[in-house]
Amino acid sequence: MKLNGEKIAKYALMTVAFSALASLLLIAVFIFKEGLPFMLKVGVKDFLLASDWDPQAGKYGIYPMIIASLYVTFGAMLIGAPLGVAGAIFLNEFVPKQVMRVVKPTIELLAGIPSVVFGFLGVMVLAPFIRTHMGGPGLSVLAAAVILGIMVLPTVISISSDAIGAVPNSYREGALALGATRWQSVYMVTIKAARSGIIASIILAMGRALGETMAVIMVAGNTVKIPHSVTDPVRTLTANIALEMANATGMAREALFATGIVLFVVIMILNGIALSVIKTKVRKK
Amino acid sequence: MKISPKITQAVAVTLLGAATLLTVAVLVFIIIFVLGKGLPWVDWEFLFSAPKEMGRAGGIFPTLVGTVLLPLMAIAIALPLGVGTAVYLTEYTRETRFTRILRFGTDCLAGIPSILFGLFGFIFFVITLKMGWCLLSGGLTLAIMVLPTIIRTSEEAIRSVPNSYREVSFSLGATRWETVLKVVLPNALPGIVTGVMLGIGRSIGETAAVIFTAGSALRMPMSAFDSVRTMSVHFYILAREGISNEKAYATAAVLVISVLLVNLAAYSMMHRFIARRSR
Repeated sequence: MKLNGEKIAKYALMTVAFSALASLLLIAVFIFKEGLPFMLKVGVKDFLLASDWDPQAGKYGIYPMIIASLYVTFGAMLIGAPLGVAGAIFLNEFVPKQVMRVVKPTIELLAGIPSVVFGFLGVMVLAPFIRTHMGGPGLSVLAAAVILGIMVLPTVISISSDAIGAVPNSYREGALALGATRWQSVYMVTIKAARSGIIASIILAMGRALGETMAVIMVAGNTVKIPHSVTDPVRTLTANIALEMANATGMAREALFATGIVLFVVIMILNGIALSVIKTKVRKK
Repeated sequence: MKISPKITQAVAVTLLGAATLLTVAVLVFIIIFVLGKGLPWVDWEFLFSAPKEMGRAGGIFPTLVGTVLLPLMAIAIALPLGVGTAVYLTEYTRETRFTRILRFGTDCLAGIPSILFGLFGFIFFVITLKMGWCLLSGGLTLAIMVLPTIIRTSEEAIRSVPNSYREVSFSLGATRWETVLKVVLPNALPGIVTGVMLGIGRSIGETAAVIFTAGSALRMPMSAFDSVRTMSVHFYILAREGISNEKAYATAAVLVISVLLVNLAAYSMMHRFIARRSR
């Protein structure tokens, strides 16, 4: 009787352990099932590289949105990556442990601020600022990049900081003993040793920026157009899905799932790179 | 033309410090701005009365109820799955190719953006399973979204239970399952609760995945098959459609306070847990 209970528990747990992997596969299957036939019908090349998006007229080119997503994501990384990595280095190497113990959780706590709130602040504070000082409608590539850059800060700081914290103290002591200044030891030894974790943090943040939807809808302006300046409004891939989902049916809806496929594939590649960067590091240790 | 290392260091440290200060200042500014603009409009009536004219007047009570129910439903579904997975990975198996694949699945799931959860939840729960926009569709979608968080935190919590506890239990004749139920899980509980709180926090703040699965009906949900509107979705609609800036700020203030309180509870619990372990 007892042995039976044990066996049941074991197999039940084993089944349950598949839940995450099964969910992932289910998500992939349903998004592909809905979008792939459409993509093949329109032609993968036409779908990805045509510049006209007008579902009512049967035009389904997402090229402007791919470009928009790239600009906004890289813009966000230009802001978020240096600030975040600098913050992680400063908090780990140049500040007393007690300060770090207060500041890092505070920053991580702020990762919980809902993205709609960031978006709203972008609309109320940042967009008017850009409109008066730089021209354009305010809602723009720049506004989206700044808001996303701020939003990814906790991710970059938290993961980089864990990587820097994991560098053995003997490395630093070795550098200092050789006469290096504190900064030289950081620059020449610590950062090099923590490199893979820092890179992983940036790639993961990139995935977050690329996938962010609500904040971007609110601040990017949503015009389907290849931007010519940072103050031009744009529509990203994620915004396209969320904006048209409510009313789309038939082909138009399939087009949104096909957009979802593009997003899914790119994000999976980014996550795959980040995970393998972290993994190889672990193996080396 | 060689700059002395001391000067380089001073410059570098100043720049790093300035960057850190800027980061903290921006994040703190966001909180203060939202609370400053929103809190003056928040009172008991706002919290506990029904909205009027699409939210232009009145309160947010139904959305408050939705914000409590939806995350709870998500956790009710994700908790057994997540803890079960963690128990299996830590107590029932060694590191094999099989567990590496399971872990890889969890890590990938964690990286999927919420809009894709929304798309999936819509096509699977709402359309294919014909559940419609409702509390249950939204809860199931959010459950999948928070599953990786629950698995990871539970796994860490279970791993931190000292092996000697298990050995004592086994030596008293307990089976593996009895050991899990009576020794491992009770000792890992604070860590598991931390994961639950983080999952609730993320669910409260989520918009994209919720709006396409739970819908946005602005009335009291009466069953699991009723559409609900959470505070995040309500705030998004108020702000995006320009219905009322005051009500939007007020809702944002309540939303931010809720998320921060939940996350704060999670972190303080984690710290107490770590402190107890390292003693």
